[in-house]
Amino acid sequence: MDASAPPPRLRLTGITKRYASVVANSGIDLSVGPGEIHALLGENGAGKSTLVKIIYGVVHPDEGEIAWEGRPVRIADPNAARALGIGMVFQHFSLFESLTVAENIALGLGAREGIGELTARIEEISRRYGLAVEPSRHVHHLSVGERQRVEIVRCLLQAPRLLIMDEPTSVLTPQEAEGLFDVLRRLASEGCSVLYISHKLEEIKALCEAATVLRGGRVVGGCDPRTSSEQQMAELMIGGELPVAHRRAPLKEGRASLIVANLSLPADEPFGTHLRDVSLTLRDGEILGVAGVAGNGQKELLAVLSGERRAPAADAVRIADVAAGLMGPAARRRLGLAFIPEERLGRGAVAEFPLTENALLTSYQHGLVRAGMVRFGAVEAYARQIIARFGVVAAGTQAQGSSLSGGNMQKFIVGREVGTNPRVLLAAHPTWGVDIGAALAIRQALMDLAAAGSGVLVVSEDLAELFEISDYISVLSGGRLSPPRRTHETTVEEVGLLMGGRMAGAARQHEARGVVDAA
Amino acid sequence: MRLSLLPRERPARSMLWLSPVLAAVLSVIGVTILFAVLGRDPIEALRTLFITPLATMDGLTELGLKATPLLLCAVGIAIGVRADVWNIGAEGQFTLGAIFGTWVALNFGGAGHWWLIPAMLLAGIAGGVVWAGIPALLRTRFNAHEILTTLMLAYVSIQLLGYLVHGPWKDPEGYSFPQTRQFEADATLPVLVAGTRLHIGALFALLSVPLGSLLLGRTLMGFRIRTVGAAPAAARYAGFNRDAIVWFCLLVSGGLAGLAGICEIAGGNGQLTPVISPGYGFAAIIVAFLGRLNPIGILFASLLMALLYLGGEGLQVSMQLPIAVTGTIQGMLLFFLLAADVLVNYRPQLQVARRAGAVHHA
Amino acid sequence: MHELGIAVAIVVATLRAATPLMLAGFGELITERSGVLNLGVEGMMLVGAAFGFIGAVVSGSLLVGFIIAMIAGAALALVFGVLTLSLMANQVATGLALTIFGVGFSALVGVKWVGMPLAGLPGAIWPHLSTAPPLVQQMMLIDPIVVIAILVPFAAHWFIYRTRGGLILRAVGESHDVAHALGYSVLRIRYLAVLCGGAMSGLAGAYMSLSYSPMWAENMVAGRGWIALALVVFSTWKPAWLALGALLFGLVTIAQFQAEGLGVAVSPNLLAMLPYLATVIVLVLISRDATRLKLNAPAALGRPFHATA
Repeated sequence: MDASAPPPRLRLTGITKRYASVVANSGIDLSVGPGEIHALLGENGAGKSTLVKIIYGVVHPDEGEIAWEGRPVRIADPNAARALGIGMVFQHFSLFESLTVAENIALGLGAREGIGELTARIEEISRRYGLAVEPSRHVHHLSVGERQRVEIVRCLLQAPRLLIMDEPTSVLTPQEAEGLFDVLRRLASEGCSVLYISHKLEEIKALCEAATVLRGGRVVGGCDPRTSSEQQMAELMIGGELPVAHRRAPLKEGRASLIVANLSLPADEPFGTHLRDVSLTLRDGEILGVAGVAGNGQKELLAVLSGERRAPAADAVRIADVAAGLMGPAARRRLGLAFIPEERLGRGAVAEFPLTENALLTSYQHGLVRAGMVRFGAVEAYARQIIARFGVVAAGTQAQGSSLSGGNMQKFIVGREVGTNPRVLLAAHPTWGVDIGAALAIRQALMDLAAAGSGVLVVSEDLAELFEISDYISVLSGGRLSPPRRTHETTVEEVGLLMGGRMAGAARQHEARGVVDAA
Repeated sequence: MRLSLLPRERPARSMLWLSPVLAAVLSVIGVTILFAVLGRDPIEALRTLFITPLATMDGLTELGLKATPLLLCAVGIAIGVRADVWNIGAEGQFTLGAIFGTWVALNFGGAGHWWLIPAMLLAGIAGGVVWAGIPALLRTRFNAHEILTTLMLAYVSIQLLGYLVHGPWKDPEGYSFPQTRQFEADATLPVLVAGTRLHIGALFALLSVPLGSLLLGRTLMGFRIRTVGAAPAAARYAGFNRDAIVWFCLLVSGGLAGLAGICEIAGGNGQLTPVISPGYGFAAIIVAFLGRLNPIGILFASLLMALLYLGGEGLQVSMQLPIAVTGTIQGMLLFFLLAADVLVNYRPQLQVARRAGAVHHA
Repeated sequence: MHELGIAVAIVVATLRAATPLMLAGFGELITERSGVLNLGVEGMMLVGAAFGFIGAVVSGSLLVGFIIAMIAGAALALVFGVLTLSLMANQVATGLALTIFGVGFSALVGVKWVGMPLAGLPGAIWPHLSTAPPLVQQMMLIDPIVVIAILVPFAAHWFIYRTRGGLILRAVGESHDVAHALGYSVLRIRYLAVLCGGAMSGLAGAYMSLSYSPMWAENMVAGRGWIALALVVFSTWKPAWLALGALLFGLVTIAQFQAEGLGVAVSPNLLAMLPYLATVIVLVLISRDATRLKLNAPAALGRPFHATA
């Protein structure tokens, strides 16, 4: 290395990490310069999370070297990482709900300073970077955007020289994301390096000056995102040409199959969201996308639609012209409802059960049970049919739910729900965390179902996905649902503003300020 | 070098059945050490504990007699635990079953009614159902957890039994012993093997095995139970009513324990005394786990546990060891089982802390 | 003076009856605050009672007895810790095993000491003043362990809410994954909490056998361990409420003896049901508000933790 040039802030050489059945990282080399915003790109399962956990000391590599500012180091645990000057903002925030902002920050600092002193320092940093946080508030009262600001403030308090951001914008509105980028650019200009993990290519193009692409646990290439096209980066990520879903024919106006009328429902969980005056109509043959940042009432809306929670009145939810608000999930399924829930293992499927019993889970009303006895032969056949039709990779129908990859489990669940020929299908974050191939198959299944005349309601945080498959888009924010807009008549910006809670004529109940207006 | 546990990709089916065997072997080793510490000849003690009771026909029927209440209670407990419903107060339902059945026997016995025994058995079941119904109501209506309520009611039931045999039901001709009148001959359960005490209650216990297996493995109800236990959110999603499952499990389990209670009295002493069980209801929890919450496994586990009771009595008589040895061994067995169970889901591996080429200190 | 005497007697008797619940309850509160549910309190109390009694008789020192009881309780808790924390066994099943084992094991080791008086040791822990007025003699029944039990709620409140250790304890109890990601040793903190719970339960048991009813008898804890567990739920994991609950149950327990003393003609068996029935009622009252329980319970309570490293 040229003696006059400063050493890279962080250099990884030949990092390898094996788990029982997979090699998560294999011989990874990575170098991040001072003040550089470096993107780490890759599909789900490419090994990004393992790699950043290694850098942050949560996981220890089996092989390889880590050099910090030119010196080899061993990062024993996160405390050691922080001592070096490495800060990390986790994808699923590492905050304790029942504690205050200041207590959370104190825990993350590992320093023995009093809460009073700390509060003053928090306020100072928050002013300097325009990251509004209130030290004495409990985290469970905060919106996701605010939580992220708490995490960032916690990192900045340690004057980090490398900041790791793991999928930071997945929980932000597009406008909030812009605000975050401003903060990151400012940090970089002050000399702090940023390792930015994402699979959103447009963001990386806008923000990063270097990129390392991972696939299957290996580095498959690097590029300068400012000069590479999104197409090139995507093909590097998936190692082939980008597949395209077949768009279906424009819809004809169908009959209303799901009607929600002026539904208000208090939260049933300590930190839940109240639904406020929600109305929607879903027609046969159409896909309605519900956009919004998680935690704005998605869980509550889906629960009251699926029947896991009862509506206050029978008329509040009508399925196939029947007042179904007071019915449970089984009765609603008899009306032709099917539901792909957000959580796969533990809700959509049982980890300990074989695929046969997971097939039975929601289709027991479709001739698979006679006189109280399960017809295991028929169940077996149904499971085999789902596996074949959706190309589920599994070791047969007796394979346990937990043995499938996320994408294959989701394909199985989608197959099971679609297989009951529902009149109305609810889908919550249907492609979250699955690989591109599975995501494509799932979107195709949803579009095919709509083309065959069913109504499909998709709740998702992925705006690109909603714009691709939906006929209409509504936005859920603070428990309120915006009126639907035709997808081709609206824009990402408009939807983003609605996600931020700017709803014409609706008083904002929910705290959802972005980084932008705090600055 | 250190031992670490790596999650298995899928639970090892073989370990599911090997683990109880491993636990039993470890317990025998533990027991041997225990006897040595107590200053007794371990070989002699082990023979008294495990071999002597099985050497005679009489011993074998006594084994069946002791396994009967354990099996009935444990099948019920296991059905509950499969649904994450913890009925740990089977002892209480057992006691109430004995009390209800005894009421029928004391009031209608001696008249030669053909329906007396069936009525007693039904009353016993009803007693257990009532006593388990209270926690079911408290759980479904008021969210009070059944672990504590069933257990508290077990303590209450023992006091209730004490009250009855010291008070209103005390035998006036019993020389002021706290006990009820002896049952009439027509209120005593028929024996299966002439000249022994093994009664028809053992048949009910045996019957509970295939019925329990059928319920859990083949019926929609069993599927519901297992789903609620394995993944409550999945059960809610599938539309399985949790409260109904809680009621079902507690009532079935209470009914079985109640049946065990009246069988124990009507097939044994033929009268209520302040202590009617050496803790069958609690030991049945161990039996349920040892049997992998599976009725067929529970059949074998109940025989093993019955053997411990019999052997423990033998130790008391022949080696003057306190009966508490039985409880100690039972607890030890469950400890070893729980420890061995880690191997079902995890694979032990000796790891060398740092390999060649590993990162080193700055 | 007579009324004052009765009032003092009731207060003293209540405090004494509340002491084992207070000690075991706060031990369990600390354990549960770390996210671990140990249902073996009854077993640990029994083992503490047996070992404490034997230790005191053999050594001739009450202090040694109490220390041995705490070690015995902690040792049993260590077994629980190894099973549930290191081997990730089901906490409910392991806690039950602990109680079943504790009942049997304490009976086994204590079998030679059943009915034996605390020979050669003073009946009360303070020097006995037979010349003191009755009122003072009543007050003398407040022995050092009762004093400790009175102080424990304050100490626990201070620790949980005012110290960094308490903050870490709460954090681990809420989310072991987050605590792990931040670099805290979840297992070490939980082991400490479990051991603390065991030592407190052992002390509570020894108080039963060395002061409350100074003798050893099989199963003498008689469900107090379970009541202590119920009280922790009742308290919604808050020290002040736990202290209140323990005092309330102290009062219920002595009501039984008061009634007997006053010659009320109620069967002692029926009176003995009172604490258990009261526990059920209290549980029902507190559990009705499911949201409140959920809000206050340590979010990670009973969930196994396996660090992937």
